[in-house]
Amino acid sequence: MIRGIVRAFDERLGTARMTREVLNKVFPDHWSFLLGEVILYCFIILVATGVYLTLFFDASQQEVLYAGSYVPLQGVQMSRAYASALDITFSVRSGLVVRQVHHWAALLFAASMVTHLLRTFFTAAFRKPRELNWAVGVTLLMLAMVNGFTGYSLVDDQLSGTGLRIGYSIVLSIPFVGPWLSSLLLGGEFPGADIISRLFVLHVMIVPSIITLLLVVHMVILVRQKHTQFPGRGRREGNIIGLRLWPTYAMKAVGVFFLTGAVLALMGGLIQINPIWMFGPFRAADVSSASQPDWYVGWLEGALRLMPAWELRASPFEVPNPFYPSLVLAGGVFLVLYAWPWMEARLTRDHEIHHLLDRPSERPVRTPIGLAAISFFAVLFVAGGDDVIAVWLDMSVNTMVRILQLLAIVLPIVVFLVSRSAIRLRLRKQQEKAEPFCPRVGHSRWEARTLAALVLVFVWFTVTSLSSPSPHVLPETWTAKANAGMSGAQMYEAACAQCHGQNLEGVFGPAIGAGTDSEDMSDTLIQAVVFAGIGKMPPMPGVLTEIQVQEVIAFIRQLQGIG
Amino acid sequence: MPNPRVPRVAFGVTILSGIGLLVVYGTGGQPQLEGLLWFYALAGLGVGIIVGANNYLPNEESEEERHPLASSEEMLAAARADFHRADGGDEALDAERRSLLRLLAGAFAAIGVAVVFPIRSLGPHPSDDLRETDFAKGVRLVTVDGAPVKSGQLGVGELLTVFPEGHTRAGDSPTLLIRYDEEEFLPAGGRASWVTDGMVAYSKICTHAACAVGLYQNVTGLLLCPCHQSTFDVNNACTPTFGPATRPLPQLPIAIDSEGFVVAQSDYPEPVGPGYWDRMNNV
Ligand code: FES
Repeated sequence: MIRGIVRAFDERLGTARMTREVLNKVFPDHWSFLLGEVILYCFIILVATGVYLTLFFDASQQEVLYAGSYVPLQGVQMSRAYASALDITFSVRSGLVVRQVHHWAALLFAASMVTHLLRTFFTAAFRKPRELNWAVGVTLLMLAMVNGFTGYSLVDDQLSGTGLRIGYSIVLSIPFVGPWLSSLLLGGEFPGADIISRLFVLHVMIVPSIITLLLVVHMVILVRQKHTQFPGRGRREGNIIGLRLWPTYAMKAVGVFFLTGAVLALMGGLIQINPIWMFGPFRAADVSSASQPDWYVGWLEGALRLMPAWELRASPFEVPNPFYPSLVLAGGVFLVLYAWPWMEARLTRDHEIHHLLDRPSERPVRTPIGLAAISFFAVLFVAGGDDVIAVWLDMSVNTMVRILQLLAIVLPIVVFLVSRSAIRLRLRKQQEKAEPFCPRVGHSRWEARTLAALVLVFVWFTVTSLSSPSPHVLPETWTAKANAGMSGAQMYEAACAQCHGQNLEGVFGPAIGAGTDSEDMSDTLIQAVVFAGIGKMPPMPGVLTEIQVQEVIAFIRQLQGIG
Repeated sequence: MPNPRVPRVAFGVTILSGIGLLVVYGTGGQPQLEGLLWFYALAGLGVGIIVGANNYLPNEESEEERHPLASSEEMLAAARADFHRADGGDEALDAERRSLLRLLAGAFAAIGVAVVFPIRSLGPHPSDDLRETDFAKGVRLVTVDGAPVKSGQLGVGELLTVFPEGHTRAGDSPTLLIRYDEEEFLPAGGRASWVTDGMVAYSKICTHAACAVGLYQNVTGLLLCPCHQSTFDVNNACTPTFGPATRPLPQLPIAIDSEGFVVAQSDYPEPVGPGYWDRMNNV
């Protein structure tokens, strides 16, 4: 039977030769080559979960009164988009799990892309003839970020609205055409009449189609050019050694696919992500404090925060501040990424074809540059949560920002110098073993100068931050809503009633009325719980001040007395 | 002889978890259990298949030769010749062909430019929208529920988020009405008449990246934007004192109408919110 079908195809398409070629393709057996595969598996899972969500999501900005099963938001005015996202979460079978798996898969998708890119960079797999595939990969990374952002924004809750608004400001800062572009994108001034439906088309059709196309291109090029491999016994530029695709490697790949799915299912089921019901519908006049974007845009968020308040003005024109940390930085980063293979070939005058990989520990320039870049992004990433970290460290946000600004400049240079010396030392030791010692000189002057420059930067920063007139802001001292002077009852309503109920009866959180454990808890203990969070309860510093918490506690005590 | 125990157990786990999933779904579903069972089901498959493949399938390395990707010179030359098949020979014909090709390019360009124009329907001309809010002379300031604000409603150090009457959902209109501390407050030059009854109004939309400037510390008179920590000094024309914002929050001139309600004297004198390159062009 099967033989008959195979023959029928072969008679019409001549498929046997192609099949043999594919089944016999050799895959190098090194764990780091799996990173690329995980990207593909994440994408498959994203499409599968995404299709399911699409069936229930309603990409409309029409305002409705929510009447779904989530009690605290019943009767609240919101867009149909947000209402349907709540329905997916609370009413659709498996909806919450599928939504969370989708979100986790998106994070893993981006993460495996970045690690795959790092692997390719540090082992120099991007060199001729693979520059084109490198460029395709960089484009895929960019598209993954775009699609992550559009997906995050679709839900139309307070958090996604805030992110969208920052994105809108970045579009506005594009030279001269910014206002036009943003108006065309949103269908008018922010929030715009059509933004959700347009994001939806981008998120479920346009960007995924391009991603699919480019993934195919990436793999076709890969098959045509064959894999790279690490140098080793028997491995030459002219051959490739590893497992043939069929049957062992294919089976293992399928296994890895299921393992990826298993991990994502576990995360989607057990680890809460983006609890949209806690944020409420988007209102332009509100803001959710301590909001964090998804990790792959965290570095941009950090850059926005660390950017000094520079603004060029030449009346009537001005360069808005977000222009530098978003468009210039992100544009620069991707430009360098795209250009890297060609740049390196030019600088090293190496235009040869390479199929054997470099060992990162033996490259005294490329590896330090990569590590320095990683450290730079790490600082930006940390800066994206500087307010939260400042609360942890009990430090003023201002000091935190100054320190991180300094680190963003200094750390990459230090990382570069240290890792370069380490690699050189290693290489020299290897060389000494192989051949008699020949001393190398010449670089110490340059290094000394760099260090001197670093010291100067340090001094400058200390002087400017000491003389900076800015007040030192401790986040806890800020009142929650701009409506200062809210009573304990109002604040309870705003911050606590969602979970503990209007009358302490408990909804998603436990009841805290008369006769419960909470009645026996001391005020100090309750205050500690409010600030630190417990179990599913989020920590509240930055939301309520100490005095406010005391007022809320007083209100709760009053209710407990009545009960 | 390969050891079959691991793959057997693994596939068994998958079967059991599958049955478990059926039960969970049948009884109405439970997110944590679903996640856990899916994990066991898929992990069983993954582990079983990988270990099974390692045990039962050939695992020896193979070698494949690489063939140069680049084509030979002859091949390149042949391809070039194929491509230029129509060239050469009659010079007059070549010239005519060339001019026809140019015309063809013009035809495509004409269509290309024409199809750009429908895109214009995606959104209105932006500049007026960005410059204007719904505030105007005599428009009352109302709270989010639509209640107009009376003079004297705010105690010293208190503030209220207000909107132009009838537009409480507009994205560019949220405004902060603040009862300032008379001893600390310095009205900006030329703006002494923009405040009324100890109240001053500033746009709530951050000049950095348009977040709502939501946090207020009345002791110091500072407003803080929670997005990137820009800090604005209420007592000093809302000039930024920290963070990435470079411009003060625009001030709305306010007055009291005959019935004692707070009203705007006019729209904001400059565009509110984040900057763009020609923001100050013909304001
Ligand atoms: S939006 Fe206010 S500081 Fe960035």
